[in-house]
Amino acid sequence: MKCLGIEATAEKLGIGIVNIKSEILTNITKYKPLTTGIHPREAAQHHAENIKDLIKEALQKVELSFKDIDLISFSQGPGLGPSLRVAAVAARTLALKYSLPLVGVNHCVAHIEIGRLKTEARDPLTVYVSGGNTQITAFVSGRYRVFGETLDIALGNLIDQFARTANLGNPGGPVVEKLAKEGNYIELPYTVKGMDLSYSGLLTAAKRALNNYSVEDVCYSLQEVSFSMLVEVAERALAHTGKEELLIAGGVGVNRRLQEMLNSMADERGSGFFTTPENLLGDNGAMIAWLGILEYTHGKRMKPEDSFVRQRWRTDEVEVLWR
Amino acid sequence: MKLIARGAEAVIMLDEGEIIKKRIKKNYRIPLIDLKLRKKRTKREARLLSIARQHGIPTPFVRDVIPEEFTIRISYIEGETLRDIVEKLKNIKEIFHEVGNLAGKMHSGNVIHGDLTTSNMILSKGRIYLIDFGLGEINESIEAKGTDILVFKKSVRSTHFEHEEEIFDAFFRGYLESFPSGSKVIERLKLMERRGRYFSER
Ligand SMILES: Nc1ncnc2c1ncn2[C@@H]1O[C@H](COP(=O)(O)OP(=O)(O)OP(=O)(O)O)[C@@H](O)[C@H]1O
Ligand SMILES: [Mg+2]
Repeated sequence: MKCLGIEATAEKLGIGIVNIKSEILTNITKYKPLTTGIHPREAAQHHAENIKDLIKEALQKVELSFKDIDLISFSQGPGLGPSLRVAAVAARTLALKYSLPLVGVNHCVAHIEIGRLKTEARDPLTVYVSGGNTQITAFVSGRYRVFGETLDIALGNLIDQFARTANLGNPGGPVVEKLAKEGNYIELPYTVKGMDLSYSGLLTAAKRALNNYSVEDVCYSLQEVSFSMLVEVAERALAHTGKEELLIAGGVGVNRRLQEMLNSMADERGSGFFTTPENLLGDNGAMIAWLGILEYTHGKRMKPEDSFVRQRWRTDEVEVLWR
Repeated sequence: MKLIARGAEAVIMLDEGEIIKKRIKKNYRIPLIDLKLRKKRTKREARLLSIARQHGIPTPFVRDVIPEEFTIRISYIEGETLRDIVEKLKNIKEIFHEVGNLAGKMHSGNVIHGDLTTSNMILSKGRIYLIDFGLGEINESIEAKGTDILVFKKSVRSTHFEHEEEIFDAFFRGYLESFPSGSKVIERLKLMERRGRYFSER
């Protein structure tokens, strides 16, 4: 059995093909380099213009055709409405055209499952950090429960918005990480609320600090403060849930300093520490395809008329049938 | 001295019938952040435990504060955290009505707890004690109170999902009883939930 997965929740468009033995046959991603923040309609237009060719490319790369595909899955939510609709429409069309079953899957759960697949983590607390999401989840009684999350903007969004203000280009993460190596600490606001956190005050203060301090100092301090906050709530969630493994998922997970800090915390607690492989950290089609296989082989079926997009689909609304 | 609990940020020891809570060093964060947070929270916790008590909230008595050692000495509350016993409580409505009542009293005195979860509530001889005020503050804004309740709601949702409705129901009744103008906080809370991604509209 082979599943073709379509990912389109934000600015990236991803196509992946995964088989039932959980081998990733192909996984390609395309996006328009951004100069400003994400424009939902422009992103969707990019996806709509490229999706046909990207699917063709994905198939050709491994010399497959639709005859070889047994299942179509797509990112049904959460995410930006216009992007989600491109994925849903394409998936529905392909399913009808080639008489294939269709499943819509949850993007956040896909990040968790691809991490579990490609690491030794079995029952981790997952720290999922990306441009649009910052959440700390663990599996309890049939669902991935959300123990902590941002009360306003996501960690990736914090870094990207700051980087744009500082004219560091987009995406800002790698540049901020590099500049941070040369910086010294200046004080910035640190805001955690139990297992939740808030980054909007930190963003305002960091932008303002650019007037008085070097960009290196602000980058360094922004990382130290925002990551410390995240690690703190992750530790609180580990203590609270009693889980003994920690898994990083999501695009911000490539940051070495963040990895180092989470690793250090896990070590101090005697917990296992795992990072999703770098090529699967960011949004990608393979994770959607893999979750499609998990869902489908555990009984999930979807009628085309139920394939509407779910912009605010919560992680803990998904019934996890495969665990 | 006997170690009785290892929280996320502190070790809790029992010494001659009293609790010593010491915030421990975290090597993942730089010393400048680590030292400042631990000192600030130590002082804050001592101060807020006492202020909350003045507003009629059962809290441990503060016997001593040593900010340089990130340590407070407080009275020992014998009992179990609500987190550990919710699932076997027979009077869950009554208990959370009381929790709501305490939260209302706290907020009417502008005390924000900062980590309002069932891990930080101890049921002792029929009374509920609130502990762990290190993330708290004095703040009269509706926003701060709304966030305090949001944190509570979210933690109930992730941890006591089988009793979610029952708990919220009882909690809000109790909250409004002791804090009538808390209706403004609840309105704000609804707004925050709609604005954020916390609860999908169903
Ligand atoms: N005064 C007290 N009397 C009895 N037990 C207490 C007392 N204070 C704390 N404890 C126990 O120790 C545990 C941890 O305490 P506390 O919540 O203050 O620490 P913490 O490290 O700040 O917690 P967190 O994990 O929320 O960061 C409590 O859940 C409770 O079981
Ligand atoms: Mg606690």
